[in-house]
Amino acid sequence: MATIADPRQRTKRRIPIVPYLYIAPFFIVFGLFGLFPLAYTAFISLFEWNPIGEKTFIGLDNYAFLVADPRFWNAAGNTLSIWFLSTVPQLAFALVLAAVLNQALLRFKTGFRMAVLVPNITSVLAVGIVFTQLFGRDYGMVNTVIEFFGGDRIDWVRETFAGQVAISTMIMWRWTGYNALIYLAAMQSIPRSLYESAEIDGAGRIRQFFSVTIPQVRPTIIFTAIVSTIGGLQVFAEPLIFGGQGGVTGGQSRQYQTLALFLYEQGFRNLDFGYGSAIAWALFLIIVVLTVVNLGLSSRIASEDARPAPLRGIRSRRGPIERRSTAERRSTTRKEVAR
Amino acid sequence: MTTTSLAETVSRDIPSALAAADGDGGRPHRASRARRRRGAPGRVGWFTYLVLGVTTVCSLFPLYWMFVVASNDSSSVNRVPPVLVPGDQFFANAAQVFEAVPFGLNLWNSFIVSAAIAIGQVLLSALAGFAFAKLRFPGRNALLVLVVGTMTVPLQLAVVPQFMIVTQLGWVNDLKALIVPGLVTAFGVFWMRQAIDNSLPDELVDAARIDGAGSFRTFWSIALPSIRPAASVLGLFAFMAAWNDFFWPLIVLNTPGAFTVQVALRQLQSQAYVTDYGVQMAGTVLATIPLLLIFVLLGKQIVGGIMEGALKS
Repeated sequence: MATIADPRQRTKRRIPIVPYLYIAPFFIVFGLFGLFPLAYTAFISLFEWNPIGEKTFIGLDNYAFLVADPRFWNAAGNTLSIWFLSTVPQLAFALVLAAVLNQALLRFKTGFRMAVLVPNITSVLAVGIVFTQLFGRDYGMVNTVIEFFGGDRIDWVRETFAGQVAISTMIMWRWTGYNALIYLAAMQSIPRSLYESAEIDGAGRIRQFFSVTIPQVRPTIIFTAIVSTIGGLQVFAEPLIFGGQGGVTGGQSRQYQTLALFLYEQGFRNLDFGYGSAIAWALFLIIVVLTVVNLGLSSRIASEDARPAPLRGIRSRRGPIERRSTAERRSTTRKEVAR
Repeated sequence: MTTTSLAETVSRDIPSALAAADGDGGRPHRASRARRRRGAPGRVGWFTYLVLGVTTVCSLFPLYWMFVVASNDSSSVNRVPPVLVPGDQFFANAAQVFEAVPFGLNLWNSFIVSAAIAIGQVLLSALAGFAFAKLRFPGRNALLVLVVGTMTVPLQLAVVPQFMIVTQLGWVNDLKALIVPGLVTAFGVFWMRQAIDNSLPDELVDAARIDGAGSFRTFWSIALPSIRPAASVLGLFAFMAAWNDFFWPLIVLNTPGAFTVQVALRQLQSQAYVTDYGVQMAGTVLATIPLLLIFVLLGKQIVGGIMEGALKS
């Protein structure tokens, strides 16, 4: 590590000022618009506080009201269910997609990588508007396809579960490719010898995916699970757009109002800063708790496949597929050798 | 995994991850190219192309559909079977967008905000990153851990006091309210620190000092030019994130003339034009095209940046 210092400072140990000037802009702006507001949120939540600046100290009343407010629990439930519906399939599919993209002899690598990333550069508003149209009840493309295959039209905007599925679809569409690229980056650094020795041991592609790839990218899986949780619990724009004119309440009967949307409604539509801050703080706590839970779960799931086979419930169901693919692999290996 | 703090985990995993950073550059010897390529070995089967084909179609179809609806009149959206080819109504629909909201101004606002944030973030992050990478000062490591640690804090949740501060500063409906908080990100500082650490040899810094350059001169004439690629990628990310930001602009802007494109879209969607999908989609197309163009031109760098950022954060 180099030191840029005045030669005169060699004898006198003075604390240099310049480096602090370099990092000052970051800490000043970040402190003013980031850390300070976060702490101040807790303070505001103890008041009855309106935008004109009139404030009355009411202690924990906002929180008491929050706990008794069915709208809050509804929003919390919706947030969790949308988070679950969007995150789990998203990360699972991203892993598969990354494994598929991670083949050394794949053609059009750059093209495919770009194609999966396109959704991510589309703004959340654009995604919301397009998908709201696709999920339209009477003329939406999705219902047309469902009807074509003999199903019934679904009223995505009115129904609770269907609406949450539609919103989760938007989130998944936007983020799957991004996460796949992150996994791909991690997979690129797996030593090839691991795959080669797995193959010599007779492991097929699927077996390699579970026994080599997943354990190797474990830290990245944990990382993406955490980041997706932090982001996924703050879902805001998708339900707002999807609800159209009833967007602020997340649908006519709040059927997909998320906590972030509830915070917006209370804080900036009803102009109840105190209550809005209490909601923010509650959401913050939920994020912290779920992040910790996630850490535990992710490490467990990610390490499950590092255990010997008999301990794994999920794998025994995959037995036949695995055996078949192993056999296939073997035959192809033999063919290649013959060639 | 024990319950170490995330910051520790992140900073501990960085060096090892970085050591394995993806180097797609560097031409391996022609004869052994197939052997030296990154990724899992083995033949690529049809299943791979099936998965990738379906994924590509799913990724691109909604965007294609956006163009289809934007270029047809609103009645054709309500046809069964739906129209699947672009029509000739795009300019008529776009004209209606400009009538409904001051869209030209909104595009301009978005551009100003995004460009200012991109430039500011690159410069300020590079400055802080340079200090963290090449200068020695008490508390450096602790402060760096603090920076990394704040990456995971959901700052959006502090929106109520953030709004109060902006109100106090008199910045409501002022683009400053969007630009100033966006000038710094923990990610940017960290990204730049890694870039400077990797691409600026200490010898060069020492040489500059011996030649009598002050630290700022060293930063400006030596560090900045040496990290140009990383800086462009960071600027690109900052620009795109600012362009697509919605939550914060929605809160601090309330007059149509001050709106960014995203807020204008919400206006378009929630007010008079709810049923006119053609107009809504034309607005959406206009808001998306700038980034799509950037992506077509620089997609490779963006992909590379994300894959590299994955290893760094």
